Amino acid sequence: MKKVNENSCHMCMPMGGIFSFKGVEKSMVILHGSQGCATYMRRHIAEHFNEPVDVASSSLNEKGTIYGGEKNLKQGLDNVIKIYNPKFIGVLTTCLAETIGEDVDRIVSAYLKEKGLVHLSAAAVSTPGYGGSHSEGYLKACHQIVAALAKKSPGHNKINVIVPNISPADIREIKRILNIMGVDFTLFPDYSNTLDQSFVKPYQKMPTGGTKISDIQSMSGAVATVQTVLTAGKQPTAGAYLEKEFGVPLYETPIPLGLENTDIFLNTVKRITGKEIPRSLGEERGRLLDAMIDSHKYNFQGRSILFGDPELVLAAVGVCLENGVFPVVVASGSKNTRLQQLLQPRFNQLNREACFLTGADFVSIREKAVEYKANIAIGSSEGKYLTEKEGIPLVRFGFPIHDRVGGQRLLSVGYNGTAMFLDRITNTLLENKLNNYRRKMYESFYRGENKELIGAELRWKE
Amino acid sequence: MSVFEPGSIVEERKDFIHTKGRQKKSLKCDSDSIAGCVSQRACVYCGARVVLNPVTDAVHLVHGPIGCASYTWDIRGSLSSGSELYRNSFSTDLQEEDVIFGGEKKLTAAIDQLVEKYPTKLVFVYATCIVGVIGDDLEAVCKNASLRHGIEVIPVESSGFIGNKAAGYRAACHALLRLINSGVNQDNNKVEKIPMSVNYLGDFNLAGEAWIIQNYLHPLGIKVNTNFTGDSTYRSLKDAPKASLNIIQCAGSMAFLAKEMEEMFGIPYMNISFLGVEDTSGSLLRIAEFFNSHKAVKAAEELINREEEIVKPLIEGYRREFQGKKAAVYVGGGFKAISLIKQFREIGIEVVMVGTQTGRPEEYETISDMVEEGTVVLDDANPTELEKFMMEKEAHLLVGGVKERPLAYKLGIAFIDHNHDRKHPLSGFAGAVNFAGEVYSTLCSPVWKYLK
Repeated sequence: MKKVNENSCHMCMPMGGIFSFKGVEKSMVILHGSQGCATYMRRHIAEHFNEPVDVASSSLNEKGTIYGGEKNLKQGLDNVIKIYNPKFIGVLTTCLAETIGEDVDRIVSAYLKEKGLVHLSAAAVSTPGYGGSHSEGYLKACHQIVAALAKKSPGHNKINVIVPNISPADIREIKRILNIMGVDFTLFPDYSNTLDQSFVKPYQKMPTGGTKISDIQSMSGAVATVQTVLTAGKQPTAGAYLEKEFGVPLYETPIPLGLENTDIFLNTVKRITGKEIPRSLGEERGRLLDAMIDSHKYNFQGRSILFGDPELVLAAVGVCLENGVFPVVVASGSKNTRLQQLLQPRFNQLNREACFLTGADFVSIREKAVEYKANIAIGSSEGKYLTEKEGIPLVRFGFPIHDRVGGQRLLSVGYNGTAMFLDRITNTLLENKLNNYRRKMYESFYRGENKELIGAELRWKE
Repeated sequence: MSVFEPGSIVEERKDFIHTKGRQKKSLKCDSDSIAGCVSQRACVYCGARVVLNPVTDAVHLVHGPIGCASYTWDIRGSLSSGSELYRNSFSTDLQEEDVIFGGEKKLTAAIDQLVEKYPTKLVFVYATCIVGVIGDDLEAVCKNASLRHGIEVIPVESSGFIGNKAAGYRAACHALLRLINSGVNQDNNKVEKIPMSVNYLGDFNLAGEAWIIQNYLHPLGIKVNTNFTGDSTYRSLKDAPKASLNIIQCAGSMAFLAKEMEEMFGIPYMNISFLGVEDTSGSLLRIAEFFNSHKAVKAAEELINREEEIVKPLIEGYRREFQGKKAAVYVGGGFKAISLIKQFREIGIEVVMVGTQTGRPEEYETISDMVEEGTVVLDDANPTELEKFMMEKEAHLLVGGVKERPLAYKLGIAFIDHNHDRKHPLSGFAGAVNFAGEVYSTLCSPVWKYLK
């Protein structure tokens, strides 16, 4: 059995948790652990979003590690409040705090009581770096935030929309779609502004945006929750919490990315709210269909490899399948088995096979990509090595995107976003083909180096 | 308690900040970051990793949970003339059961698997926070693996919480010393020295910078014996005792190693700097003079004349564009900050704020002597302080790393990357032109006029 991870395809739990907290208005995160964790994660996030990302640390030293870090954490909270004046504080643990056995829940509630900070809410989330990937950390923090804030509230006519880690542009698009439909909603977590601020003067250290705390509090009185997460498996989610504690019906859908998935999302919202899908969205759907037809032949030459957060991979595989860019390797660094369970029937239906990898690293992904003759990769920047070493072009999608600008602006959801996502895939296939075909044909036919069936390009499966 | 005070400085931070001319007292530095202040600093592991990672043909194995390895995978711009092994990120990816029952078995298995798959003579095993807490006996595991495979398996004691980034530099130097020393069983001082040869310490070959310097020294008849650690290998590091002189670029990370090598192998050392025209020329001359060779000095003078003739008019051209501009500096080490102040002086820009993550007392003294009255000097700063002082001092430009860049841009301030992940050299004469050119590209961009 493999005992070493070679080039990781996932990050650690607190990293995911930071995103969830950045989606709450005026919230500030402190990591309980040594200084490096906060700094590394800030660096990672800042490079993708090109945004300042302030995350505090309790900066545990040797003494705190041996005798307990309560004093450090309390001092950290003091300073965070003094410098940032947050409305909401997220405390995430790191490996270190978990291992020395810090009872962060107790420390935080004791702290708020001691200081008489009644106006301030906080949520402590246990996110040991060895407890799962960033994807699990994200969902866990969403769950804990809702659990900390939601109170029994009178019923109202809004729906809750809970999203996984998609781009700020994606979040804005989902909000646009819901607004076009005339739906009242609370979208959580909403970091579309906090991690993609417009340029304003003076600079806002605590950017406006994020789901309003009052809205999260009253998610309990919503008509229903639409949670665009299917891969959580047994992990408790915010949507499930609202259903269990407050009886808010939960509808689980895939991310509205892809024609079928967007249909599912819109129809779910329609069913819940009774709102019609307006003509303009119908036109967007028609335009996507038109785009799919325009590019279908190019796409049919794609043999894709997808990797990253299970939920994002699930949606992107959907786009590949409905466009004939057949996935040959489907991988996640998370040890998530739901992904394969969800996708297997679709592959069976198409009489196609793909190689599924869970808990994958990039060495295994690369091996399989070569073995299965992939010619396009879809996922984060870390996939650049597939290009560098194996010549497989990469469509950047998800997090992190460190080697290009605009990761935060990548739009992939809804009919419009899907068309843009599909164009990125198709154009990558085209670029690769056009860059290589003169040389390839010359070598194959003129020089006679083609050992395979002469002239054969398109074949059913391989 | 005192709640929100906009723009105020946290009480515990006051001794870390100093405005030149206001009070004559030394700056507090080299201590742990203060909780909740959003320090820009990383950890011990980070310090060790930046120093050792450029060793190209080593397996760099991070013993810990996945994050530490994830966040450091090939994020540095160190180039290699040979092996690419160092560009991989290996982790034992500790899980909960490993934390409970100990990670030694997993580490042993990981080393075995890696060594089998990637033939190498050298493995560095980095300890992360968790390893220090659960008490895995890294020393024993590495020793056994070393005997089993007949290669060097060297533990790097870099648990994140045992100090700050500077402690990581120290840990890296210890690991390097172990590598250099093992197997040298004769009287170390008797290692035969290569005449006119130097070890170049503290250059990580970002964007080929070590190669640029090598090309300067070669015509002077001076051989670079070993580079620490940019583009270095197991073999080249082993050969380090043969040099006649150690020259140190990044003093923060390498001063300790140089002192130790002087004691062990009798190699004298000299601080040099290849950042900026003035420093580059001065350093080349000093190195040539050290060897007491008229020929080398003459060659250095020729090279300096030739390069300066090309470079100076270019820089002068830029300099004219920069009149009245003010810069802020926030970088990793004190040495780099000092060099930058000089470099800004060369291009006619005044530095109004200087900070570092890990500067040492003597470096802050030097900085304080160099800068103008009213310049703010700060150790281990955070975004709030950077914002406050850049605004107060009306800086037009910030030099820093990845985390500082978005802050500068959000404030409408130009920015220079002086980080490990940059893709253009800033060393030597070519680097000095690149620096001025980069300043120009950001300071004089049309974008700023739309922000008024």
